[in-house]
Amino acid sequence: MSQVATVGHGAVDSYESPLTPESWGKLGMWIFLAGDAMSFGALLATYGALRFGASNWPNPAEALGITLTAGMTFLLICSSVTMVKALAAMQDGDQPACVRFLAMTIAGGVIFLGLQAYEWTHLINHGMLLAENNFIIDATGSVVGHYHEGKELAAGQMRASGLFGTTFYMTTGFHGMHVFSGVVYLTVVMLKAMRGGYTPEDTNGIELVGLYWHFVDLVWILVFTFVYLV
Amino acid sequence: MAGNGTHEHPNYMLIFWWLLGLTILEVAVPMVITAPVPKIALLVSMAVAKAALVALYFMHLRFEKKLLGIIALTPMIICAFLLFMLMPDSSWRWIG
Repeated sequence: MSQVATVGHGAVDSYESPLTPESWGKLGMWIFLAGDAMSFGALLATYGALRFGASNWPNPAEALGITLTAGMTFLLICSSVTMVKALAAMQDGDQPACVRFLAMTIAGGVIFLGLQAYEWTHLINHGMLLAENNFIIDATGSVVGHYHEGKELAAGQMRASGLFGTTFYMTTGFHGMHVFSGVVYLTVVMLKAMRGGYTPEDTNGIELVGLYWHFVDLVWILVFTFVYLV
Repeated sequence: MAGNGTHEHPNYMLIFWWLLGLTILEVAVPMVITAPVPKIALLVSMAVAKAALVALYFMHLRFEKKLLGIIALTPMIICAFLLFMLMPDSSWRWIG
């Protein structure tokens, strides 16, 4: 037993441990993302429970429209690709390409936020508010019209659940805040990369912002499916 | 093997095409399939596949140590648990 526990083996053990100094930041980021994932998970689980329990939930694809959001999804996927390209460029020692790809990633995030602001404005102007909306639906959840004061509802028609807007704005708003934070974080990393703050041997800072950005993309994939398509 | 100063990178463009293809299929599914159960099953499995591609390749989880994978799995298990705890409450509408 004492034969096995030699200094040599100890050195091998510490090399194999995930807690090497280079990966402390990565470990920290993953723990943060796991906590963040639980916040998103709670929002989505609440959404699922409220929707499953409601008899007057509108068909989201009809109420929200999915063409624009499909484009936003495509945009975030593209920005994830430019993010991995930025990291790969710095690992290969190509600093200008790294900065270029980071700038493209930031642009993807900014355009995403602009499109989300446009979508929200459109929905609010059409009467979909945080706690109430004016959708009139039939028994299948199909949107058949918009309610206004004094309007008579035909047989089988009803007003859509106000919780539809609540869950929509809370979930997409929480995600949008993450995109905004990601844009700020990416800008800081890009400025550091422009000043030569990273080298092929030290790309940890770029990898960490990448982990955050891909997580934001990953969450949007789930939000797009559950909130818009299902 | 890679030369000095260069790294082997996963085929990121292949992952991109998979993500794009799955997104197009996802948008098409609600137009083609209206029955709720197969529609939801298909959409959820495609979303999970896309999320897994992002985590495994873009976030490099496939090439990382096991501990990070365990950290990533923890919230999924807890959220699945939360979902099953909420389910009985919201399914009263369907029972009675």
